[in-house]
Amino acid sequence: MSGRLRTIGALTRRALNEILRVPTGALPGVLAPTIFMLGLTAVFGKAADLPGFGTDDFRSFIVPVGLLQGAGFTGAATGVNLARDIEQGWFDRLMVAPVSRPTLLTGIVLSASLRALLPATFLLIVSFSLGVQWPGLDGLLLAYVLLMGMAAAMACFAVAVALRFRTQQAAPLMQTGNFIATLFTTSYAPYELLAGWLQVIADINPVTNILAGVRQGFVDSVTWADTWPALLSLAGMIVVLGAIALRGLTRVGVNE
Amino acid sequence: MSQLARVSWALARRALRNLLRRPQFLAPLVIFPSLLLAVNVGGLHRTTELGGFPEVNGFLDFQLAAALTQSLLLGGISQGIAAALEIEGGFFDRLAAAPIPRVAIVIGRLIAAAAVSVAQVAFFLILGLVFGAEIAGGAWGVVVTVAIGAVAGVAFAALGVALALRAGSAATLQGIFPLIFVILFLSSAFFPQELLESPIDTIAAYNPLSYIADGMRGPIIDSVQAGPVLEGLAAGGGLALVAMVLAVLALRGKLRDA
Repeated sequence: MSGRLRTIGALTRRALNEILRVPTGALPGVLAPTIFMLGLTAVFGKAADLPGFGTDDFRSFIVPVGLLQGAGFTGAATGVNLARDIEQGWFDRLMVAPVSRPTLLTGIVLSASLRALLPATFLLIVSFSLGVQWPGLDGLLLAYVLLMGMAAAMACFAVAVALRFRTQQAAPLMQTGNFIATLFTTSYAPYELLAGWLQVIADINPVTNILAGVRQGFVDSVTWADTWPALLSLAGMIVVLGAIALRGLTRVGVNE
Repeated sequence: MSQLARVSWALARRALRNLLRRPQFLAPLVIFPSLLLAVNVGGLHRTTELGGFPEVNGFLDFQLAAALTQSLLLGGISQGIAAALEIEGGFFDRLAAAPIPRVAIVIGRLIAAAAVSVAQVAFFLILGLVFGAEIAGGAWGVVVTVAIGAVAGVAFAALGVALALRAGSAATLQGIFPLIFVILFLSSAFFPQELLESPIDTIAAYNPLSYIADGMRGPIIDSVQAGPVLEGLAAGGGLALVAMVLAVLALRGKLRDA
C-alpha cells in the first residue's frame, strides 16, 4: 500500500514540478479562464437584463463557467503531457516498471486535480477583487471539490485520447471535448432562456449539474438539492471516463 | 510571368497542399468557431430582445460575423505556425539559399492565406444558411463579405508570418492562442458596440477588428451599405498593409541572421 502511495506521490510531484520548471508553459492555462470570464462579462454582461435571467450580476453568473473551463483545460493538458511522454519514450519506461496500471492512472489524474487549483484560485482572486458575490465558505469548498473532480474526469478523458492517438497532435481533440462538455450546458444563461436544442443537450450533459453545484453559492445560497446531483454526476463521469482510461492503459503493449 | 509571380505562386500552391495534407491545422479553423457560434446562439438568442440591439432576422445572423472573424484570426495563427514549422524543419534555409526573390516567401504564404480565407467565409455562410440564417444583402452581400474576409485573412496571416519569422518557433505561435480571445473580446465582433460594458465599448471603437466584423456583418443582416463595407475594407486593408511591412521587415532580419 505504501509503495503505491509513494508511486502516486512521485508521479504527482513530477507533474507539479513542470509548473515550477516551465512556468511560461502553465501561464496560458492559468490566464485563459480569467480572460474568458472578463471578456464574456464585458461583451455579454447586458444579457443579465433579460427577464427571467435570475440575477442582475452576469459576472457572478459566469465565474463558475470560467472555473470549470480552467479545471477542464488542466485535465486536457494532462493528456497532452502524457502524449508527449509517449512520443519521447518516457511512458514506455513507466510501462515496464513494476507498478500497477490503476496506480499509474491515479498518479496522473491526481496531478491534474492539484494543478487545477492554480487557475481556479487565480480566477477567484481576480473575481472577488471585482466584486463577485462571496459564495460562503461552504460554497467555496464545494466549488473546489467539484473543480478538482472535474479536472480528474477530463484528465481521464484526455488520457484515453492520448493512449488512443499516441501523439500531441491529438491535443485539439482533448480541448474540444472539454469545450463541449463545459459550454453546452447552462453556461451562458439559465435553462429557461436556452434555445430548445440546447436545453435537450444540457439535460443529458452531466456537467450541467456540476455547473449548477459550483454556481449555486455565487448567485444564491448552497442547498443540498443543487449539491447532490452535482456530486453524483461528477462521480458518474469519473467512474465511466476512469474505466475507459484504465482500459486504454491495460491494453498498452497488447498486439504490439 | 515574372520570376516573383512564378515563385510566389509555386510557394502558395505548396503551402495549400501542405495545409490540406494536415487536417489537424485546418480543422481548428472551423471547429472551434462553429462550436462557439452554436453555444452563443443557443445560450444568448434572446438577447436580440434587448433595447439597442439592431433589427435582425435572428441571433445566428448577427453571430456569423463573429465566427468568421474568429476563424480568420485562427487562420492567421495557423499560417504563422506553418511558416514556423518550415523554419524549424530547415525548408526556410533552403529557400534562403535558393536564387529566388526572397519576398516571394511571404507573398506565397499570403496568396495561400487568401484562398483559405475565401473557403472559410464560404463555409460559415453555408453553415448559417443551413441553420436558418438569411443573407439580407443577397448575392452582392456574399461577394462583399467574401472580399472583406479575404483581405482580413491576408492581414492576419501576414501578422502570423511576421511573428513566425521573429520567433522562429511554432510553440510560441501556439502560445498566443488565448490572445486571440482577448483581441476579439475587445471588439464589437460578438455584440453590438452600444451594448458592450464600459470601457470595452470605447476600446472597441478603436479596434480594427470591430470594423472588419461589422463590415462582414452589415451585408448579412441588412442590405449592402457603403459605410460599413468601406470601413471594413479600409480596416482590413490597412491592417494588411502594416502587417505585410512587418512581415517583410521580419524576413529581412531573419535573412540577415541566416
